Amino acid sequence: MTTGHLDQPATMDSGAGEATSAPWVREALHDHDHDDHGARASEAGAGSRDDAGAAGSRRRLPLADRERQVLDRIDRARNRRPKIKEERITMSHGAGGKATQTLIEAVFLEAFRNPLLEPLEDAARLHVNGSRVALTTDSYVVSPLFFPGGNIGDLAVNGTVNDLSVSGAVPLYLSAGFILEEGFPVADLNRIVASMAAAAAAAGVQVVTGDTKVVEKGKADGCYINTAGVGIIEREPTLGVANARPGDAVLVSGPIGDHGVTIMLARGELEIEADVVSDTAPLNGLVAGLLAAAPGVRALRDATRGGVATILNEIARAAGVCVVVREDDIPVRAEVRGASELLGIDPMYVACEGRMVVVVDGDQAGAALEAMRAHPLGEQASVIGHIAEDPQGIVLLKTAFGGTRIVDLLVGDPLPRIC
Amino acid sequence: MRFVDEFRDADKAHALAAKIAELCEPGRQYKLMEVCGGHTHTIYKHGLEDYLPEAITLVHGPGCPVCVIPMGRVDDAMHLAAQPDVIMTSFGDMMRVPGSSGSFFDAKAAGTDIRMVYSPLDSLKIARKNPDKRVVFMAIGFETTAPSTAMTVLRAAAQGLDNFSIFCNHVTIIPAIKAILDSPDLRLDGFIGPGHVSTVIGCRPYEFIAADYSKPVVVAGFEPLDILQSVYMLMLQLAQGRSEVENQYARVVPWDGNVVALQAIGEVMELRPYFEWRGLGFISHSALRMRPEYSAFDAELLFSVPGVRVADPKACQCGEVLKGVLKPWECKVFGTACTPETPIGTCMVSPEGACAAYYNYGRLSRQRVKEVTRS
Repeated sequence: MTTGHLDQPATMDSGAGEATSAPWVREALHDHDHDDHGARASEAGAGSRDDAGAAGSRRRLPLADRERQVLDRIDRARNRRPKIKEERITMSHGAGGKATQTLIEAVFLEAFRNPLLEPLEDAARLHVNGSRVALTTDSYVVSPLFFPGGNIGDLAVNGTVNDLSVSGAVPLYLSAGFILEEGFPVADLNRIVASMAAAAAAAGVQVVTGDTKVVEKGKADGCYINTAGVGIIEREPTLGVANARPGDAVLVSGPIGDHGVTIMLARGELEIEADVVSDTAPLNGLVAGLLAAAPGVRALRDATRGGVATILNEIARAAGVCVVVREDDIPVRAEVRGASELLGIDPMYVACEGRMVVVVDGDQAGAALEAMRAHPLGEQASVIGHIAEDPQGIVLLKTAFGGTRIVDLLVGDPLPRIC
Repeated sequence: MRFVDEFRDADKAHALAAKIAELCEPGRQYKLMEVCGGHTHTIYKHGLEDYLPEAITLVHGPGCPVCVIPMGRVDDAMHLAAQPDVIMTSFGDMMRVPGSSGSFFDAKAAGTDIRMVYSPLDSLKIARKNPDKRVVFMAIGFETTAPSTAMTVLRAAAQGLDNFSIFCNHVTIIPAIKAILDSPDLRLDGFIGPGHVSTVIGCRPYEFIAADYSKPVVVAGFEPLDILQSVYMLMLQLAQGRSEVENQYARVVPWDGNVVALQAIGEVMELRPYFEWRGLGFISHSALRMRPEYSAFDAELLFSVPGVRVADPKACQCGEVLKGVLKPWECKVFGTACTPETPIGTCMVSPEGACAAYYNYGRLSRQRVKEVTRS
C-alpha cells in the first residue's frame, strides 16, 4: 500500500466505510436509493421507453437528455419535505440560508402549523374586529453592538418597522425586550436606548411595552434585544411573494450588502479597512410613496440575512416562477464589491438593513422606479430583472461577463450574528 | 472596479469565443482539464461555458485543497480537537468536511473548541493569548498555502512559542497531475495550469507534461477572461500541433516561481513517502510533513493520532469526479443524497469543489439555459 497509484481501487474496504459512516449518511443514501427506484418506476410507467428498465435506457440517451433527467430528479429531491439531519443546532441554522429554512419548516412550522403562519411572510396578517393588523417579531444579537452607521438599538427598531412596512402595513407600536449580561456598562445601554428612541421617532412609531432580564456573566454577549411590532394594513390586495407572475419586474431600492460588510469589517478580525457604513434605516416612508405610485406592486421584502439572493429564491419558490436578474444592473458600492472580492463572498448574499426587493407589474416598473428614486432612501433604486415562467423555482443570473448561472440559497455561514 | 472589470469584459469574451470556435477542427472533441478548483469556481460563477463551442469540454481537476483530504485525516483532526486543553483552528472551508462521525461544525456544536481562522497567523495570535491551551492549526492546501504555514512555524520558533503546532496536510500538485496522466480512464487534450500554485512553484515543473506526454499546458489567471484566453492559447497550440508550457498569468506568475517561498517550505517541511488522497488513493511523494528540526511544532508527534484509514461511503464517486472521469451530475448520489447542506463527498463541500460549483451555479442544462435566455 505504500507506493500505490491512481488505478488502485480507493474503495477496497467500502463495507467498513459504510459501517463507520455517520447515521445521517446512511439515511441519506437510503433516501437516495428509495427516490431513485421511485423515479425509475415512474419513467418506465410513462411508457416512453418500453424496452427494459429505465436504468438501461438512460445510458443510451444523449448526454444532454441524461443531464436533464438527473437535474429533474434533483428538483424532486429539493421539493421533498425538509428534515433536520443534524443532531444539534449549528451556526448555519441562524444564517438565513438553506439550514435556517429547513429549521423553520421542519421544527417550527411543523409544530405551530396554521394558515396565518404558513405563508412565512415577514409579518402575520390578522383580522381583528374588521381591521387588518400586521404582527411581527425579531431578535437582535449583532456583534459588535456598535458599528459604523448604527448600533443594535436602531437596528432593532428599524428591522421590525421594515418587516411591517414590507407587509404593506403602517407600523404603529413596538415592544422591546432586553436580555442583559451581568457587568454590561449602563453607559452603553443608555446609548443603545437613546438610538432606539431616535429611530422610533424617525419612523413614527412608539415603544409601548417592554421586558428586562439579566443573566450571569458569560451567559450572553452584552446585550440582546427583541422587538415585536404591530401595524395597520389599509391596502388591498395583500402583498406576498407568492403573487409574483411572469412579466413582472424586479427592483431593489439601493446598493446591496452595505450592512453585512460593515459588520464584518467592524469586528476587526480581518485586516481590511473600507469606507462603508451600515444602511440601517426605516423603510415605511419609501414603501408608502411606492405603493401610492404603483398599485401593481405584488410583493416587497427587506433583504436582511441571506441578502438579495435569498429573497429572490423565496420569490421563485413561493410563486413557482423563474426570477431572471442581470448582474450589471444590481447596484453594489465599490467598497462593498472590493471587500467582497477580497474575501471571496458574493454581495448578493450579504445582508442589508435598509433595502428592499420589489416585485411589480411589468407595466408599472417605470412608475415604481421613479417613486423610489424620489425618496432619499431609494435614490439608487434599480430594475434588476424580471419574472419568467420557466424553469420554476430557480433564480438565474446573467453575469456581467455574459454567461448565465444559478443563484441558489446560501449554504453555511460566512457572517454569523449580523443582526 | 479597476483590475477586476477589465477581466470580465463581455465584448472581449465574445471576440475570444469566436476565435476559439474557429480553431475547432470539425468533428473533433476536445477535453481540457482545469487543474485548479479556483478555476472551476470561476467557470461556473461567471457562466463561462456559455462561450464555449460544444466540441470543447472542460474537465474539472483535483486542485481543490479541501476535496482531496481523506476521511481518515478528518477523523484524526477531530481526535486532535477533542484532546484536553486543545483549541483546534482551521480555515472556514474545512469546517463542513465530513469525517466518519460528522464535521468540525458538528463537533463545535457539541462543545469542542474549534475556531475558524483566515490565516495561520491568526492561530498564532490565539496561541499567544491562551498560554494555558494547546493550539493546533489544521494546515491544508497545495503549494499556494504551504509557504504561509511555513512562515508561521518560523515565526512561532522565533518567538519561542511552545503551545502551537501544525497538523500538516499540505499536498503537492505535480504528483496528482502525473497520476491523472498515467490513469487509463481518461484522454485529455491539454491543461489549464493552476495559477496560484504557480506563483510559488513557477512554470518549469509542468515541462514534463509537454515534453513526455505531449500535452499543452497554459498557466492561467482566475478572472473569466484569463480562463477564456487560456482555452484559446491551448486550442491554438493544438491546432498548430505544438505542446508547450505557456504562461497566460505572467502578470503574477514568474517563470521560476517564488524562491523565498520555496525556501521557507524547504526549511520547515519535507516530502512524505506517500499520502492518501480522497478518491484517488495513495500517491507517492505527494504531500509534505514537518522536518525533524521542527518536530516541536508537529501535532502528529506531539499528540497520538489514530491514523486509521477510513474508506469513503461506497456510493460516493468523488475519486472519479476528481480525476475528471465523471461530470459531477453523473455521480450516483449527486444532488439527492449528497448536497452542499449535507455533503457525503468532499467535492460537494468547498466552493472550489466541482460538485458544489456545479450544484450552486450550474444546475441547469445548457439546453435549458438557451431556452430561457432566448425568451
